[in-house]
Amino acid sequence: MFEEVGTTTEGDLIINLGPQHPATHGVLHLVITLNGEIIKKVEPHLGYIHRSIEKMTESLSYRQFIYVTSRMDYLSAHINNHACALCVEKALQLEVPQRAQYIRVIMDELTRIASHELWWGAMAMDLGAFTPFFHAFREREKINEIMEETCGARLTMNYMVPGGVMVDLHPDFQKKVKAFIQQYKAKIHEYDELVTGNIIFQNRMKGIGYLSAQDAVSYGCTGPVARGSGVASDIRKIAPYDVYDKVEFDEVLQTEGDSFARYMIRIQEMHQSIKIIEQLIDVIPDGNFQAKTKAVIKLPKGEFYQRVETARGELGVYIVSEGAAQPYRIKYRSPGFSNLSALDHMVRGHKIGDLIAAMGTLDLVIPDIDR
Amino acid sequence: MFLKEYFLDIYKATKSLLTGMKLTGYYFTHHKEILTEEYPENRKSLQLAERFRGEVIMPHDANNEHTCTGCSSCEIACPNGSIKIISKFDITPEGKKKKAIDQHIYHLELCTMCGLCVEACPTDAIKMANTFEHSVFNRNHLIKRLNKPGSKIKEGIEE
Repeated sequence: MFEEVGTTTEGDLIINLGPQHPATHGVLHLVITLNGEIIKKVEPHLGYIHRSIEKMTESLSYRQFIYVTSRMDYLSAHINNHACALCVEKALQLEVPQRAQYIRVIMDELTRIASHELWWGAMAMDLGAFTPFFHAFREREKINEIMEETCGARLTMNYMVPGGVMVDLHPDFQKKVKAFIQQYKAKIHEYDELVTGNIIFQNRMKGIGYLSAQDAVSYGCTGPVARGSGVASDIRKIAPYDVYDKVEFDEVLQTEGDSFARYMIRIQEMHQSIKIIEQLIDVIPDGNFQAKTKAVIKLPKGEFYQRVETARGELGVYIVSEGAAQPYRIKYRSPGFSNLSALDHMVRGHKIGDLIAAMGTLDLVIPDIDR
Repeated sequence: MFLKEYFLDIYKATKSLLTGMKLTGYYFTHHKEILTEEYPENRKSLQLAERFRGEVIMPHDANNEHTCTGCSSCEIACPNGSIKIISKFDITPEGKKKKAIDQHIYHLELCTMCGLCVEACPTDAIKMANTFEHSVFNRNHLIKRLNKPGSKIKEGIEE
Protein backbone atom coordinates (compact mmCIF):
# COMPACT_ATOMS: atom_id res chain seq x y z
CA MET A 1 0.00 0.00 0.00
CA PHE A 2 1.98 2.99 -1.24
CA GLU A 3 1.29 6.56 -0.25
CA GLU A 4 -0.21 8.41 -3.16
CA VAL A 5 1.63 11.67 -3.66
CA GLY A 6 -0.45 14.80 -3.46
CA THR A 7 -3.69 13.31 -2.19
CA THR A 8 -3.37 14.80 1.27
CA THR A 9 -3.55 18.56 1.51
CA GLU A 10 -2.97 20.84 4.45
CA GLY A 11 -5.81 20.74 6.94
CA ASP A 12 -6.61 17.09 6.30
CA LEU A 13 -6.93 14.92 9.34
CA ILE A 14 -5.29 11.52 9.32
CA ILE A 15 -6.60 9.06 11.88
CA ASN A 16 -5.77 5.44 12.62
CA LEU A 17 -8.68 3.04 12.98
CA GLY A 18 -7.16 0.00 14.59
CA PRO A 19 -5.15 -2.23 14.87
CA GLN A 20 -6.88 -2.49 18.26
CA HIS A 21 -10.43 -1.40 17.58
CA PRO A 22 -13.60 -3.39 18.23
CA ALA A 23 -15.19 -2.42 14.93
CA THR A 24 -12.38 -3.85 12.80
CA HIS A 25 -12.99 -7.43 14.05
CA GLY A 26 -9.36 -8.18 14.56
CA VAL A 27 -6.06 -6.51 13.97
CA LEU A 28 -6.90 -4.55 10.85
CA HIS A 29 -5.27 -1.15 10.67
CA LEU A 30 -7.00 1.50 8.55
CA VAL A 31 -5.32 4.85 7.94
CA ILE A 32 -8.14 7.24 7.10
CA THR A 33 -7.61 10.65 5.53
CA LEU A 34 -10.45 12.94 6.47
CA ASN A 35 -11.52 16.32 5.19
CA GLY A 36 -13.70 17.49 8.02
CA GLU A 37 -15.99 14.50 8.43
CA ILE A 38 -15.77 13.34 4.81
CA ILE A 39 -13.51 10.39 4.01
CA LYS A 40 -10.95 11.18 1.31
CA LYS A 41 -8.98 7.97 1.38
CA VAL A 42 -8.78 4.68 3.31
CA GLU A 43 -5.54 2.73 3.39
CA PRO A 44 -5.65 -0.75 4.91
CA HIS A 45 -2.38 -1.79 6.57
CA LEU A 46 -1.86 -5.51 6.97
CA GLY A 47 0.71 -7.71 8.64
CA TYR A 48 -0.34 -7.70 12.26
CA ILE A 49 -1.43 -11.33 12.25
CA HIS A 50 0.85 -12.79 9.61
CA ARG A 51 1.74 -16.35 10.57
CA SER A 52 3.37 -17.39 7.28
CA ILE A 53 0.95 -20.26 6.81
CA GLU A 54 1.97 -20.71 3.19
CA LYS A 55 5.66 -21.03 4.06
CA MET A 56 4.91 -23.26 7.05
CA THR A 57 2.96 -25.59 4.79
CA GLU A 58 6.04 -26.32 2.70
CA SER A 59 7.41 -28.45 5.54
CA LEU A 60 4.17 -30.31 6.25
CA SER A 61 2.84 -33.42 4.56
CA TYR A 62 -0.39 -33.53 2.57
CA ARG A 63 -2.25 -34.92 5.57
CA GLN A 64 -0.85 -32.40 8.00
CA PHE A 65 -1.33 -29.18 6.02
CA ILE A 66 -5.12 -29.31 6.21
CA TYR A 67 -5.39 -28.52 9.91
CA VAL A 68 -3.50 -25.22 9.48
CA THR A 69 -6.12 -23.88 7.07
CA SER A 70 -8.71 -23.96 9.86
CA ARG A 71 -6.76 -21.05 11.29
CA MET A 72 -7.10 -18.92 8.17
CA ASP A 73 -10.78 -18.19 7.84
CA TYR A 74 -11.72 -19.62 11.20
CA LEU A 75 -15.44 -19.00 10.69
CA SER A 76 -15.59 -21.27 7.67
CA ALA A 77 -12.92 -23.71 8.80
CA HIS A 78 -14.73 -26.67 7.28
CA ILE A 79 -14.83 -25.13 3.83
CA ASN A 80 -11.12 -24.27 3.93
CA ASN A 81 -10.32 -27.88 4.86
CA HIS A 82 -12.64 -29.02 2.10
CA ALA A 83 -10.74 -26.97 -0.49
CA CYS A 84 -7.40 -28.50 0.51
CA ALA A 85 -8.76 -32.03 0.56
CA LEU A 86 -10.35 -31.52 -2.86
CA CYS A 87 -7.10 -30.20 -4.32
CA VAL A 88 -5.13 -33.22 -3.10
CA GLU A 89 -7.82 -35.57 -4.41
CA LYS A 90 -7.79 -33.81 -7.76
CA ALA A 91 -4.03 -34.32 -8.01
CA LEU A 92 -4.28 -37.98 -7.00
CA GLN A 93 -7.38 -38.49 -9.20
CA LEU A 94 -8.97 -40.13 -6.20
CA GLU A 95 -12.60 -41.18 -6.20
CA VAL A 96 -14.28 -40.02 -2.98
CA PRO A 97 -17.09 -42.25 -1.63
CA GLN A 98 -20.60 -40.87 -2.07
CA ARG A 99 -21.25 -40.89 1.66
CA ALA A 100 -18.23 -38.68 2.31
CA GLN A 101 -19.34 -36.25 -0.41
CA TYR A 102 -22.80 -35.88 1.14
CA ILE A 103 -21.36 -35.41 4.63
CA ARG A 104 -18.92 -32.78 3.37
CA VAL A 105 -21.59 -30.71 1.67
CA ILE A 106 -23.92 -30.82 4.70
CA MET A 107 -21.05 -29.74 6.93
CA ASP A 108 -20.13 -26.95 4.52
CA GLU A 109 -23.62 -25.54 4.57
CA LEU A 110 -23.89 -25.78 8.36
CA THR A 111 -20.63 -23.84 8.54
CA ARG A 112 -21.96 -21.25 6.13
CA ILE A 113 -25.04 -20.69 8.30
CA ALA A 114 -22.90 -20.42 11.44
CA SER A 115 -20.60 -17.94 9.72
CA HIS A 116 -23.44 -15.76 8.45
CA GLU A 117 -25.07 -15.89 11.89
CA LEU A 118 -21.95 -14.51 13.50
CA TRP A 119 -21.59 -11.87 10.79
CA TRP A 120 -25.21 -10.79 11.30
CA GLY A 121 -24.78 -10.35 15.04
CA ALA A 122 -21.38 -8.67 14.79
CA MET A 123 -22.50 -6.27 12.09
CA ALA A 124 -25.56 -5.20 14.04
CA MET A 125 -23.27 -4.67 17.00
CA ASP A 126 -21.02 -2.43 14.89
CA LEU A 127 -24.05 -0.29 14.17
CA GLY A 128 -24.87 -0.01 17.85
CA ALA A 129 -27.49 -2.74 18.28
CA PHE A 130 -26.29 -5.13 20.95
CA THR A 131 -29.24 -7.53 21.28
CA PRO A 132 -29.03 -9.18 17.81
CA PHE A 133 -25.63 -10.57 18.76
CA PHE A 134 -27.20 -12.84 21.36
CA HIS A 135 -30.02 -13.90 19.04
CA ALA A 136 -27.43 -14.91 16.45
CA PHE A 137 -25.32 -16.81 18.96
CA ARG A 138 -28.33 -18.77 20.17
CA GLU A 139 -28.69 -20.50 16.80
CA ARG A 140 -24.96 -20.67 16.19
CA GLU A 141 -24.47 -22.49 19.46
CA LYS A 142 -26.70 -25.32 18.18
CA ILE A 143 -24.51 -25.72 15.11
CA ASN A 144 -21.40 -25.68 17.26
CA GLU A 145 -22.85 -28.47 19.39
CA ILE A 146 -23.57 -30.55 16.30
CA MET A 147 -19.99 -29.99 15.12
CA GLU A 148 -18.58 -30.84 18.53
CA GLU A 149 -20.48 -34.09 18.62
CA THR A 150 -19.47 -35.32 15.18
CA CYS A 151 -16.13 -33.66 14.44
CA GLY A 152 -14.72 -33.31 17.95
CA ALA A 153 -14.16 -29.55 17.89
CA ARG A 154 -16.28 -26.45 17.77
CA LEU A 155 -14.28 -24.10 15.57
CA THR A 156 -11.13 -25.73 14.18
CA MET A 157 -12.68 -29.00 13.12
CA ASN A 158 -10.03 -30.64 10.91
CA TYR A 159 -12.69 -33.11 9.84
CA MET A 160 -11.76 -33.46 6.18
CA VAL A 161 -8.92 -35.74 5.14
CA PRO A 162 -7.74 -36.50 1.60
CA GLY A 163 -10.19 -39.18 0.46
CA GLY A 164 -13.16 -38.40 2.67
CA VAL A 165 -13.84 -37.44 6.25
CA MET A 166 -11.95 -38.41 9.38
CA VAL A 167 -14.65 -40.28 11.31
CA ASP A 168 -18.18 -41.36 10.50
CA LEU A 169 -21.18 -39.28 11.49
CA HIS A 170 -22.37 -39.47 15.06
CA PRO A 171 -25.56 -41.60 15.30
CA ASP A 172 -27.51 -38.58 16.54
CA PHE A 173 -26.35 -36.31 13.73
CA GLN A 174 -29.40 -36.49 11.46
CA LYS A 175 -31.81 -36.11 14.34
CA LYS A 176 -29.98 -33.08 15.71
CA VAL A 177 -29.69 -31.35 12.34
CA LYS A 178 -33.41 -31.80 11.72
CA ALA A 179 -34.18 -30.39 15.17
CA PHE A 180 -31.90 -27.44 14.41
CA ILE A 181 -33.63 -26.73 11.09
CA GLN A 182 -37.02 -26.81 12.78
CA GLN A 183 -35.89 -24.43 15.50
CA TYR A 184 -34.16 -22.18 13.01
CA LYS A 185 -37.23 -21.84 10.82
CA ALA A 186 -39.32 -20.92 13.85
CA LYS A 187 -36.89 -18.18 14.84
CA ILE A 188 -35.80 -16.74 11.49
CA HIS A 189 -38.58 -14.13 11.44
CA GLU A 190 -36.98 -12.54 14.51
CA TYR A 191 -34.03 -11.47 12.38
CA ASP A 192 -36.24 -9.39 10.12
CA GLU A 193 -38.24 -7.98 13.02
CA LEU A 194 -35.18 -6.99 14.98
CA VAL A 195 -32.85 -5.62 12.32
CA THR A 196 -33.96 -5.80 8.67
CA GLY A 197 -37.16 -3.82 9.06
CA ASN A 198 -35.70 -1.34 11.52
CA ILE A 199 -35.88 2.19 10.12
CA ILE A 200 -32.59 3.33 11.68
CA PHE A 201 -30.80 0.33 10.24
CA GLN A 202 -32.27 0.83 6.78
CA ASN A 203 -31.35 4.49 6.67
CA ARG A 204 -27.76 3.65 7.63
CA MET A 205 -27.45 0.91 5.00
CA LYS A 206 -29.34 1.98 1.88
CA GLY A 207 -27.23 3.84 -0.65
CA ILE A 208 -24.07 3.48 1.49
CA GLY A 209 -20.90 1.92 0.13
CA TYR A 210 -22.00 1.60 -3.48
CA LEU A 211 -20.00 -0.83 -5.60
CA SER A 212 -20.89 -1.20 -9.27
CA ALA A 213 -20.76 -4.57 -10.99
CA GLN A 214 -17.82 -3.38 -13.10
CA ASP A 215 -15.82 -2.34 -10.03
CA ALA A 216 -16.70 -5.55 -8.21
CA VAL A 217 -15.15 -7.53 -11.06
CA SER A 218 -12.09 -5.32 -11.44
CA TYR A 219 -11.32 -5.44 -7.72
CA GLY A 220 -11.69 -9.22 -7.78
CA CYS A 221 -14.57 -9.27 -5.32
CA THR A 222 -16.30 -12.60 -4.90
CA GLY A 223 -19.01 -14.07 -2.76
CA PRO A 224 -21.84 -12.01 -1.29
CA VAL A 225 -19.96 -8.76 -2.02
CA ALA A 226 -19.93 -9.43 -5.77
CA ARG A 227 -23.43 -10.90 -5.76
CA GLY A 228 -24.74 -7.77 -4.04
CA SER A 229 -23.60 -5.86 -7.13
CA GLY A 230 -25.23 -8.35 -9.48
CA VAL A 231 -22.16 -10.41 -10.44
CA ALA A 232 -22.99 -14.12 -10.58
CA SER A 233 -19.91 -15.64 -8.95
CA ASP A 234 -21.06 -18.62 -6.94
CA ILE A 235 -18.49 -21.39 -7.38
CA ARG A 236 -21.12 -23.90 -6.28
CA LYS A 237 -22.96 -23.05 -9.51
CA ILE A 238 -20.06 -22.27 -11.85
CA ALA A 239 -17.85 -25.24 -11.05
CA PRO A 240 -19.80 -27.63 -8.80
CA TYR A 241 -17.71 -29.83 -6.52
CA ASP A 242 -18.83 -32.93 -4.63
CA VAL A 243 -22.64 -33.19 -4.72
CA TYR A 244 -23.47 -29.53 -5.33
CA ASP A 245 -24.59 -30.43 -8.86
CA LYS A 246 -27.25 -32.75 -7.42
CA VAL A 247 -28.97 -30.22 -5.18
CA GLU A 248 -31.35 -27.46 -6.13
CA PHE A 249 -30.72 -23.99 -4.80
CA ASP A 250 -30.85 -20.46 -6.10
CA GLU A 251 -27.88 -18.19 -6.50
CA VAL A 252 -29.13 -15.09 -4.71
CA LEU A 253 -28.45 -11.91 -6.67
CA GLN A 254 -29.16 -8.25 -5.95
CA THR A 255 -28.41 -5.41 -8.32
CA GLU A 256 -28.41 -2.40 -5.98
CA GLY A 257 -24.74 -2.78 -5.00
CA ASP A 258 -25.12 -0.95 -1.70
CA SER A 259 -24.61 -2.19 1.86
CA PHE A 260 -28.25 -3.19 2.22
CA ALA A 261 -28.04 -5.40 -0.87
CA ARG A 262 -25.04 -7.22 0.55
CA TYR A 263 -26.92 -7.61 3.82
CA MET A 264 -29.97 -9.11 2.11
CA ILE A 265 -27.79 -11.51 0.10
CA ARG A 266 -26.40 -13.08 3.26
CA ILE A 267 -29.80 -13.30 4.92
CA GLN A 268 -31.20 -15.11 1.88
CA GLU A 269 -28.14 -17.34 1.58
CA MET A 270 -28.93 -18.73 5.01
CA HIS A 271 -32.37 -19.77 3.69
CA GLN A 272 -30.71 -21.39 0.67
CA SER A 273 -28.27 -23.29 2.89
CA ILE A 274 -31.19 -24.64 4.90
CA LYS A 275 -32.77 -25.71 1.61
CA ILE A 276 -29.61 -27.60 0.59
CA ILE A 277 -29.32 -29.37 3.96
CA GLU A 278 -32.98 -30.41 3.84
CA GLN A 279 -32.45 -32.05 0.47
CA LEU A 280 -29.41 -34.02 1.58
CA ILE A 281 -29.99 -34.93 5.21
CA ASP A 282 -32.45 -37.77 4.52
CA VAL A 283 -30.63 -39.34 1.60
CA ILE A 284 -27.07 -39.77 2.94
CA PRO A 285 -26.02 -43.05 1.28
CA ASP A 286 -24.45 -45.89 3.23
CA GLY A 287 -20.93 -47.02 2.56
CA ASN A 288 -17.41 -45.94 3.34
CA PHE A 289 -16.74 -42.50 4.66
CA GLN A 290 -13.12 -42.54 3.57
CA ALA A 291 -11.34 -43.80 0.48
CA LYS A 292 -8.22 -45.86 0.97
CA THR A 293 -5.07 -43.79 0.59
CA LYS A 294 -1.42 -44.63 1.03
CA ALA A 295 0.18 -43.95 4.39
CA VAL A 296 2.45 -41.34 2.81
CA ILE A 297 0.65 -39.29 0.18
CA LYS A 298 2.88 -38.20 -2.69
CA LEU A 299 1.40 -35.95 -5.35
CA PRO A 300 2.52 -36.32 -8.97
CA LYS A 301 4.74 -33.61 -10.38
CA GLY A 302 2.74 -30.62 -11.54
CA GLU A 303 0.51 -27.75 -10.53
CA PHE A 304 -2.99 -28.15 -9.15
CA TYR A 305 -5.71 -25.63 -8.43
CA GLN A 306 -9.05 -26.04 -6.74
CA ARG A 307 -11.55 -23.36 -5.79
CA VAL A 308 -14.53 -23.52 -3.46
CA GLU A 309 -17.15 -21.10 -2.25
CA THR A 310 -16.58 -20.16 1.38
CA ALA A 311 -18.96 -17.98 3.38
CA ARG A 312 -16.96 -14.95 2.16
CA GLY A 313 -16.31 -15.80 -1.46
CA GLU A 314 -13.94 -17.76 -3.60
CA LEU A 315 -11.11 -19.59 -1.89
CA GLY A 316 -8.47 -21.00 -4.21
CA VAL A 317 -5.80 -23.53 -3.27
CA TYR A 318 -2.82 -23.74 -5.59
CA ILE A 319 -0.33 -26.52 -5.04
CA VAL A 320 2.97 -26.85 -6.85
CA SER A 321 4.30 -30.35 -6.43
CA GLU A 322 7.73 -31.71 -7.22
CA GLY A 323 6.66 -35.29 -6.60
CA ALA A 324 7.70 -35.27 -2.94
CA ALA A 325 5.67 -35.88 0.20
CA GLN A 326 5.62 -32.15 0.92
CA PRO A 327 4.37 -29.41 -1.42
CA TYR A 328 7.01 -27.30 -3.13
CA ARG A 329 4.84 -24.20 -2.87
CA ILE A 330 1.28 -23.48 -1.76
CA LYS A 331 -0.71 -20.35 -2.49
CA TYR A 332 -4.12 -19.55 -1.08
CA ARG A 333 -6.35 -17.10 -2.89
CA SER A 334 -8.40 -15.76 -0.01
CA PRO A 335 -11.69 -13.93 -0.58
CA GLY A 336 -11.23 -11.38 2.20
CA PHE A 337 -8.13 -9.78 0.67
CA SER A 338 -9.84 -8.85 -2.59
CA ASN A 339 -13.02 -7.73 -0.85
CA LEU A 340 -11.03 -5.47 1.48
CA SER A 341 -9.28 -3.80 -1.46
CA ALA A 342 -12.67 -2.49 -2.67
CA LEU A 343 -13.29 -0.72 0.64
CA ASP A 344 -11.43 2.46 -0.31
CA HIS A 345 -13.47 2.80 -3.49
CA MET A 346 -16.74 2.13 -1.66
CA VAL A 347 -16.48 4.68 1.13
CA ARG A 348 -14.84 7.72 -0.50
CA GLY A 349 -17.08 10.73 0.08
CA HIS A 350 -18.96 9.07 2.92
CA LYS A 351 -18.63 9.70 6.65
CA ILE A 352 -16.81 7.66 9.32
CA GLY A 353 -20.02 6.02 10.56
CA ASP A 354 -20.74 4.84 7.03
CA LEU A 355 -17.26 3.32 6.82
CA ILE A 356 -18.13 1.06 9.77
CA ALA A 357 -21.44 0.10 8.13
CA ALA A 358 -19.83 -0.65 4.76
CA MET A 359 -16.97 -2.57 6.36
CA GLY A 360 -19.46 -4.65 8.34
CA THR A 361 -21.11 -5.84 5.14
CA LEU A 362 -17.75 -6.96 3.72
CA ASP A 363 -17.65 -9.62 6.46
CA LEU A 364 -13.91 -9.37 7.02
CA VAL A 365 -11.99 -12.06 8.86
CA ILE A 366 -8.50 -10.68 9.35
CA PRO A 367 -6.55 -13.96 9.68
CA ASP A 368 -7.96 -14.88 6.28
CA ILE A 369 -6.71 -11.65 4.68
CA ASP A 370 -3.33 -11.83 6.36
CA ARG A 371 -2.23 -15.43 6.35
CA MET B 1 -50.29 14.34 -0.75
CA PHE B 2 -46.94 15.36 0.69
CA LEU B 3 -48.37 15.58 4.19
CA LYS B 4 -49.93 12.15 3.88
CA GLU B 5 -46.63 10.55 2.88
CA TYR B 6 -44.80 12.44 5.60
CA PHE B 7 -47.07 11.08 8.32
CA LEU B 8 -47.15 7.61 6.74
CA ASP B 9 -43.33 7.54 6.94
CA ILE B 10 -43.42 8.49 10.60
CA TYR B 11 -46.02 5.81 11.27
CA LYS B 12 -44.00 3.13 9.47
CA ALA B 13 -40.77 4.13 11.23
CA THR B 14 -42.37 4.03 14.66
CA LYS B 15 -43.99 0.70 13.88
CA SER B 16 -40.65 -0.85 12.81
CA LEU B 17 -39.02 0.31 16.04
CA LEU B 18 -41.88 -1.01 18.16
CA THR B 19 -41.74 -4.42 16.41
CA GLY B 20 -38.14 -4.81 17.49
CA MET B 21 -38.87 -3.54 20.99
CA LYS B 22 -41.71 -6.03 21.32
CA LEU B 23 -39.36 -8.95 20.57
CA THR B 24 -36.78 -7.67 23.04
CA GLY B 25 -39.53 -7.27 25.61
CA TYR B 26 -40.69 -10.83 24.99
CA TYR B 27 -37.30 -12.27 25.87
CA PHE B 28 -36.96 -9.89 28.81
CA THR B 29 -40.10 -11.33 30.39
CA HIS B 30 -39.72 -14.99 29.30
CA HIS B 31 -36.86 -16.40 31.31
CA LYS B 32 -37.39 -19.97 30.13
CA GLU B 33 -35.90 -19.05 26.77
CA ILE B 34 -32.53 -18.23 28.35
CA LEU B 35 -29.96 -20.78 27.24
CA THR B 36 -26.81 -19.45 28.88
CA GLU B 37 -24.79 -21.94 30.91
CA GLU B 38 -22.93 -20.63 33.93
CA TYR B 39 -19.71 -22.50 33.54
CA PRO B 40 -17.72 -22.83 36.74
CA GLU B 41 -20.94 -23.30 38.72
CA ASN B 42 -22.27 -26.10 36.51
CA ARG B 43 -19.06 -28.13 36.47
CA LYS B 44 -20.67 -31.19 38.02
CA SER B 45 -23.52 -31.40 35.52
CA LEU B 46 -21.49 -30.30 32.49
CA GLN B 47 -21.56 -32.92 29.73
CA LEU B 48 -19.11 -32.58 26.89
CA ALA B 49 -19.44 -34.48 23.65
CA GLU B 50 -17.80 -37.89 23.72
CA ARG B 51 -15.67 -37.13 20.67
CA PHE B 52 -14.51 -33.73 21.91
CA ARG B 53 -10.77 -33.48 21.36
CA GLY B 54 -9.30 -32.29 24.65
CA GLU B 55 -6.04 -34.17 25.05
CA VAL B 56 -4.34 -37.38 23.98
CA ILE B 57 -4.46 -40.26 26.44
CA MET B 58 -3.38 -43.89 26.38
CA PRO B 59 -5.99 -46.21 27.89
CA HIS B 60 -4.66 -48.94 30.19
CA ASP B 61 -6.64 -52.00 31.24
CA ALA B 62 -6.88 -53.54 34.74
CA ASN B 63 -3.58 -55.41 34.34
CA ASN B 64 -1.76 -52.13 33.56
CA GLU B 65 -1.39 -53.15 29.94
CA HIS B 66 -1.66 -50.97 26.84
CA THR B 67 -1.55 -51.70 23.11
CA CYS B 68 1.25 -49.33 22.06
CA THR B 69 4.02 -51.04 20.12
CA GLY B 70 6.23 -47.97 19.86
CA CYS B 71 6.00 -47.84 16.08
CA SER B 72 6.27 -44.00 16.02
CA SER B 73 3.36 -43.57 13.58
CA CYS B 74 1.84 -40.89 15.80
CA GLU B 75 5.17 -39.08 16.09
CA ILE B 76 5.45 -38.92 12.30
CA ALA B 77 1.81 -37.90 11.85
CA CYS B 78 1.99 -35.03 14.34
CA PRO B 79 2.38 -31.67 12.59
CA ASN B 80 3.74 -29.84 15.66
CA GLY B 81 6.16 -32.34 17.10
CA SER B 82 4.18 -32.73 20.29
CA ILE B 83 4.77 -36.50 20.54
CA LYS B 84 8.14 -38.08 21.25
CA ILE B 85 8.59 -41.84 21.42
CA ILE B 86 11.52 -43.22 23.43
CA SER B 87 11.89 -46.92 22.65
CA LYS B 88 13.86 -49.69 24.27
CA PHE B 89 14.68 -53.32 23.50
CA ASP B 90 12.92 -56.08 25.40
CA ILE B 91 14.35 -59.58 25.66
CA THR B 92 11.72 -62.09 24.61
CA PRO B 93 11.50 -65.53 26.31
CA GLU B 94 13.29 -67.00 23.28
CA GLY B 95 16.21 -64.72 24.00
CA LYS B 96 15.65 -62.38 21.05
CA LYS B 97 15.72 -58.61 21.17
CA LYS B 98 12.38 -56.91 20.51
CA LYS B 99 11.67 -53.22 20.09
CA ALA B 100 9.20 -51.89 22.63
CA ILE B 101 8.03 -48.62 24.08
CA ASP B 102 9.93 -47.11 26.97
CA GLN B 103 8.30 -43.69 27.25
CA HIS B 104 5.52 -42.04 25.24
CA ILE B 105 6.13 -38.33 25.86
CA TYR B 106 3.26 -36.02 25.02
CA HIS B 107 3.67 -32.23 24.97
CA LEU B 108 0.24 -30.85 25.73
CA GLU B 109 1.50 -27.28 25.43
CA LEU B 110 2.38 -27.80 21.75
CA CYS B 111 -0.70 -29.83 20.80
CA THR B 112 -3.41 -28.30 18.58
CA MET B 113 -5.86 -31.20 19.05
CA CYS B 114 -6.03 -32.02 15.35
CA GLY B 115 -6.49 -35.73 16.01
CA LEU B 116 -4.08 -36.91 13.30
CA CYS B 117 -2.08 -39.08 15.71
CA VAL B 118 -5.17 -41.02 16.75
CA GLU B 119 -6.05 -41.58 13.11
CA ALA B 120 -2.53 -42.76 12.30
CA CYS B 121 -2.26 -45.27 15.16
CA PRO B 122 -2.45 -48.83 13.74
CA THR B 123 -3.28 -50.49 17.08
CA ASP B 124 -5.69 -47.90 18.54
CA ALA B 125 -3.36 -47.42 21.48
CA ILE B 126 -4.05 -43.70 21.94
CA LYS B 127 -7.27 -41.74 21.84
CA MET B 128 -8.56 -38.25 22.49
CA ALA B 129 -10.18 -37.58 25.86
CA ASN B 130 -12.81 -34.90 26.36
CA THR B 131 -11.17 -33.26 29.36
CA PHE B 132 -10.44 -29.60 28.79
CA GLU B 133 -9.34 -27.98 32.06
CA HIS B 134 -5.60 -28.03 31.46
CA SER B 135 -4.43 -24.97 33.38
CA VAL B 136 -1.36 -25.52 35.53
CA PHE B 137 0.97 -23.15 37.35
CA ASN B 138 4.16 -24.74 36.06
CA ARG B 139 4.66 -25.25 32.35
CA ASN B 140 6.60 -28.48 32.92
CA HIS B 141 3.45 -30.19 34.20
CA LEU B 142 2.07 -30.07 30.66
CA ILE B 143 4.74 -32.50 29.46
CA LYS B 144 3.14 -35.87 30.11
CA ARG B 145 4.20 -39.48 30.00
CA LEU B 146 1.30 -41.41 28.54
CA ASN B 147 2.29 -45.00 29.30
CA LYS B 148 2.06 -45.60 33.02
CA PRO B 149 5.20 -46.69 34.92
CA GLY B 150 5.55 -50.46 34.96
CA SER B 151 2.99 -50.97 32.22
CA LYS B 152 3.61 -53.39 29.42
CA ILE B 153 2.17 -54.24 26.04
CA LYS B 154 -0.85 -56.50 25.79
CA GLU B 155 -0.08 -59.95 24.41
CA GLY B 156 -0.93 -60.63 20.80
CA ILE B 157 -0.45 -57.07 19.55
CA GLU B 158 1.90 -57.02 16.58
CA GLU B 159 3.14 -54.18 14.48
